[in-house]
Amino acid sequence: MTTSNDNGLLADHTALAAGLPGAGAGWIDALRADGAKRFAGLGLPTRKVEEWKYTDLSALARSRFAPCCGAAPAHAKPEIPAPLVKDGPQAVFVNGRFDPELSSLGGAPEGITALPLAEAIAQMPKLLESYMGRVAELGRKSLVALNTAWLADGFVLHLAKDVRLTRPLELVFWGDSGSDGERSAWHPRHLIVLDPGASATLLERHIGRTGGHFANSVTEIAAATGASLRHYRLQDEPGDAVHIATTEVALSAGASYESFVLSKGAVLARNQIAVTLQGEGASASVNGAYMGRGSQITDTTTLIDHAAPGCTSSQTYKGVLDDRSRGVFQGRIVVRKDAQKSDGHQSNKAILLSDRAEIDAKPELEIYADDVKCSHGATAGELDDNALFYLRARGIPEHEARGLLIDAFIDGAIGTITHETVRDAFRDHAEAWRQEGGT
Amino acid sequence: MSILSIKNLHAEVDGKEILKGIDLEIGAGEIHAIMGPNGSGKSTLSYTLAGREGYTVTKGEVVYQGKNLLEMLPEERAQAGVFLAFQYPVEIPGVPTVTFLKQAMNSVRKARGEKQLDAFEFKKLMDARLKELNIVNDMVRRALNTGFSGGEKKRMEVLQMALLEPTLAILDETDSGLDIDALKTVADGVNALRAADRSMLVITHYQRLLDYIVPDHVHVLFEGRIVRSGDKSLALELEEKGYTDITGAAA
Ligand SMILES: Nc1ncnc2c1ncn2[C@@H]1O[C@H](COP(=O)(O)OP(=O)(O)O)[C@@H](O)[C@H]1O
Ligand SMILES: [Mg+2]
Repeated sequence: MTTSNDNGLLADHTALAAGLPGAGAGWIDALRADGAKRFAGLGLPTRKVEEWKYTDLSALARSRFAPCCGAAPAHAKPEIPAPLVKDGPQAVFVNGRFDPELSSLGGAPEGITALPLAEAIAQMPKLLESYMGRVAELGRKSLVALNTAWLADGFVLHLAKDVRLTRPLELVFWGDSGSDGERSAWHPRHLIVLDPGASATLLERHIGRTGGHFANSVTEIAAATGASLRHYRLQDEPGDAVHIATTEVALSAGASYESFVLSKGAVLARNQIAVTLQGEGASASVNGAYMGRGSQITDTTTLIDHAAPGCTSSQTYKGVLDDRSRGVFQGRIVVRKDAQKSDGHQSNKAILLSDRAEIDAKPELEIYADDVKCSHGATAGELDDNALFYLRARGIPEHEARGLLIDAFIDGAIGTITHETVRDAFRDHAEAWRQEGGT
Repeated sequence: MSILSIKNLHAEVDGKEILKGIDLEIGAGEIHAIMGPNGSGKSTLSYTLAGREGYTVTKGEVVYQGKNLLEMLPEERAQAGVFLAFQYPVEIPGVPTVTFLKQAMNSVRKARGEKQLDAFEFKKLMDARLKELNIVNDMVRRALNTGFSGGEKKRMEVLQMALLEPTLAILDETDSGLDIDALKTVADGVNALRAADRSMLVITHYQRLLDYIVPDHVHVLFEGRIVRSGDKSLALELEEKGYTDITGAAA
């Protein structure tokens, strides 16, 4: 299953790692070295790896990458959108690097630590050492290993007990790098730690200009008892980018995690989210909408692991696929033996706007407990002809009627977003996507 | 003046001929009722007039206000003033009723060269119609027809008709499934819309509705043909004798 590693993704690792933040600290050196070793062994996943059966990274593997993580200046002036919530905190990353000038974090209130990873490594090594690489286990996952090998830039958010961060913290990733037949890769690494009873809202926006970059981010989230995190991600990468985002979440008793990914950019995007419900009564609401046209591939792979009793999980995904685009949905729910009274639901619905569009859906339930309520459902189809005719029979032109139906369909997922401003903004982004296609 | 002129209309669905030569003339301001047993082709006629895909006209012509109706898209027909109140209004989850109503109204107004209504103007107009039709505000805030009761759905159809102010309204069994109170409300709504420049084609299975919406002409549709026409007394005759007598006599 190994692909050639001569594509530059690991080039000069030993030498370059010695210059990364925190080099010299035993734990971080070991972490990076371990990541590099594992990735060297695994390479990028091929379609022979079961969970990569539907998403082909061979074009990526054949690319030539510039040496990792050097300062890759933006070719053009980054266009950073204003924070969604006026004057809200915003951390900006340009081509994978934290950009202090473009960022506006303001002073963090008492009990909140919000820092770029490089600074966090210097300021709070203990916290990092105890969490990094623990939530996201390196074992099987080559992309996490690759990310760990280059662990240097990213964001760390820590909330002390019962602290609430009300305004969304925004992370903006702007990318445009790549030149002379070489692509740029970056591997942002984020750590979110919520102490008991803390709550926060995190918003990520992935944007930029063409340059064929490969963004491979890993986010580790640990929510202690009763803590809650809302995590929203807008993936609007330029059309030639490859975007792979891995999110690993561990929830203690009564903790909750709400996630929404709106995936509409990139030539290939994969959002893989794994949530472990570790403590009794934890809950996860993991949702998203994906849209594709041209030859885009958009992959959603989730794993919800009910490891404790009385936990709930729900997943609502909606996809709209046009032209030759392809959607992949792999959703797995595991209910362990002792996780009685688990409640786990999953739904993936896709609308295919063209004959050549395709969705590969693989829902899986793996249940080892007997007293559980679990369900999954996957559908794929076209827009409802009856509905379309009804709207047209009221004078609404066909393309507008289609638009109404597409928006309504997507809204079934977007409606799960509990943060009103984010919900409205995501709705606008979904509509904008549709309008770009002339529908 | 003739608003709608149907001549020898044949139409098929899924390769099966359902309408087998229909002739019908509707003048300005006239109310025509079409009655007929289940399966006689009443809904097929209404869908064919509204331009539904899959309802293929194989012979004959339909002229609406001097234009060939059959060449027009469904939305163009609606914009030109043809309105079909569906026998089974479609539930459309996720589309707020208000959004839909405003968009329908502005589409029609645009095609007629009238000014677009802004949210405020539209609301004023809608509220006035809601009041006339005894519809609670709450209904228009819900998703279009979604989870509406049978009576609510039919009232929603009449509301749309009131907003779009058609020249030709086709009501496909707007009475079916309604109790007597709901039937009265719907009939009152329809009667309020009677006008010298508005024609109606009222399709019904029972003559009951025609006690409230009194037609100028009554036609009996059977196996895809109009087998008898008459004035409103024909409806009463049907009620008395049942369909078998009349269709039997015609066959
Ligand atoms: N979509 C369809 N495909 C095939 N046959 C149909 C379809 N719709 C209606 N029919 C047939 O056409 C005939 C007339 O149906 P319809 O117009 O619905 O009658 P009515 O409205 O008078 O009850 C019936 O025999 C019915 O079975
Ligand atoms: Mg019918």
